[in-house]
Amino acid sequence: MRLLNLFKIATKAIILNKTRTLLTMLGIIIGVASVIAMLAIGEGSKESIRTSISAMGSNMITIKAGADTKGGVKQEASVMESLTLSDYEAIKAQSTLLSYSSPVVEGRGQVINGSSNWPSSIYGVNPEYLNIKVVGLQSGSMFTDVDVKTASKVAVIGQTVVESVFPDGQDPVGQMIRFNNIPFKVIGVLEEKGENTFGQDQDDVVIAPYTTVQKRILAIDHLNQIMASAISEEKAPDAVLEVSNILRVQHKLTDSDDDDFMVRSMEELISTFSSTSEMLTILLVAVASISLLIGGIGIMNIMYVSVKERTKEIGLRMAVGAKGADILMQFLIEAILISITGGVLGVLLGLGSTVFIEKFLNWPTSVALYSIVISFAVCAVTGIFFGWYPARKASALDPITALRYE
Amino acid sequence: MNKVKVHLCHKEVVAEKDNTMKKAIIKIENLKREFTMGTETVHALKGISFDIKEGEFVTIMGSSGSGKSTMLNILGCLDQPTSGNYEIDSVKVKNLTRNELATIRNEKIGFIFQSYNLLARTSAIENVELPLLYNSKVSTDERRARAIKALEMVGLGDRMDHTPSQLSGGQQQRVAIARSLVNNPVMILADEATGNLDTRTSYEIMSLFQELNKQGITITFVTHEPDIAMFSNRTIVLKDGNIIKDYINENIQSAANELAKLPKQDD
Repeated sequence: MRLLNLFKIATKAIILNKTRTLLTMLGIIIGVASVIAMLAIGEGSKESIRTSISAMGSNMITIKAGADTKGGVKQEASVMESLTLSDYEAIKAQSTLLSYSSPVVEGRGQVINGSSNWPSSIYGVNPEYLNIKVVGLQSGSMFTDVDVKTASKVAVIGQTVVESVFPDGQDPVGQMIRFNNIPFKVIGVLEEKGENTFGQDQDDVVIAPYTTVQKRILAIDHLNQIMASAISEEKAPDAVLEVSNILRVQHKLTDSDDDDFMVRSMEELISTFSSTSEMLTILLVAVASISLLIGGIGIMNIMYVSVKERTKEIGLRMAVGAKGADILMQFLIEAILISITGGVLGVLLGLGSTVFIEKFLNWPTSVALYSIVISFAVCAVTGIFFGWYPARKASALDPITALRYE
Repeated sequence: MNKVKVHLCHKEVVAEKDNTMKKAIIKIENLKREFTMGTETVHALKGISFDIKEGEFVTIMGSSGSGKSTMLNILGCLDQPTSGNYEIDSVKVKNLTRNELATIRNEKIGFIFQSYNLLARTSAIENVELPLLYNSKVSTDERRARAIKALEMVGLGDRMDHTPSQLSGGQQQRVAIARSLVNNPVMILADEATGNLDTRTSYEIMSLFQELNKQGITITFVTHEPDIAMFSNRTIVLKDGNIIKDYINENIQSAANELAKLPKQDD
């Protein structure tokens, strides 16, 4: 009853000072809205990194030749020829945690069809490669193990290559193209995958049996990489260890030797990127929190002025029987009402601007429920915290002095 | 009740006999109030005693520095005496906490101020309701009903939704009087209630006070204007913290008559 009356009194005071209240609220509104929008941007980018990495195959494992020393000279990893087909075969035979694996040799060159040509990359792999990369075929078919064994000149090409060397829209399947003057028969087209997180065009590829690429294009017999996929994302770290152990035995490394190869899972990549965007989120939220804090100080300032301005009113209220606690509650309720109303409007503005950012700036956003809950809670706490001191001051006024105050 | 003794500094005055049968609303005995200003102690009230009976209309007079305001603050339970006894409606005020004093003000006293002290931009009825907002025993409906009744008593039944800025000074003071009546106080305490008003309006207000007094409401009116005293039935004069005079007004003027005597205004 009493609280309800105080609530009415506080509401009335707020309504009587519309403009001032609104301006005070503005601080809170902007604060809350920016916290929500910033968190939405942070969450959104984190999520988009996660999805794009899992689109690349989140349980993918890459094995590369590592840096080594030759005659006291440290060598660049890419010139090392220590990864061989027998390594691949050992891994395939011994590992228990891998579902697919494929040798990879890669090279760059010019794709030519008639008068059209296009610079692209060629990947020499085995048929399991598509499962590792989690990519399907749009048309045609993948080459087979037989093609690998016979080193046949067949290729599967990506969309970018199709668009570049088949500009008039004819079906590439069954056509002949040349890669660095070696003729290949196109037997399939990969479905479009777009850019990956690093901005690489994943459709700008030519895929052929690794034996063909090794012999006909690169003239090498080592491997550039071995790609594999763990049986599950959770097992990926264990698979990395397992593969490392197989390769250490394979390369006859003693306990004191460093690995002469590198085994990476996407796990590391995911966590690296997540932590980067987490940092970004923290930074954004910190900035937004500061504006929320400033909003809170705005409330304190206005409540302070309000108490000063209404000293005589406070004196009167006390004279007609308001207790200190009543005055305290009145001003506290007022501050909380301002901050909570500001909070609600802020949430709405935050959600609105999130939609705006998503629609017009094309940034990925994702509004987390917790961001709304947190910013709302912070708002209420701000109201109590910054409203308390002025309210406390009002309630401690001496009614006689307050009544005489001019 | 037997005779009431009023202690003065050097003399004793015996109060009017017809008052002796009535209940004393206010009992004050040897009341002292001292203020410490730096190293000096100011004796604002130097041992004052008097009673106010139910139904009395008392003016407390005195020039500035007489202790009048201090007296008012203590009577209004806004301040506590340094020593001596103060009882309002049989409640000993000494040693009450801030909150207990607030409750006494809320339930037993109706305040009227020189500058009306109405809440700006708030309707007359809401202004009158104010004291009842702090009394949880009064329901919303009862609050409204009592406020309407109080406004009707002061002749503002048709102005209930007007805000102070839409009312004249006299009307504003009427709203303040209605506010002081709304909690059915044992005493109305008026502080220079006509100080901001012209003669005509102040006579109107005094006539309202006289009417309310006739209905049995106890009124204590603190003022420095001598002509106000002639409308009351008792006058207490303070000087330098002592009572120098406490007399029954044998010749009470009717404010309504005085008002009629004033030259007509056409505004």
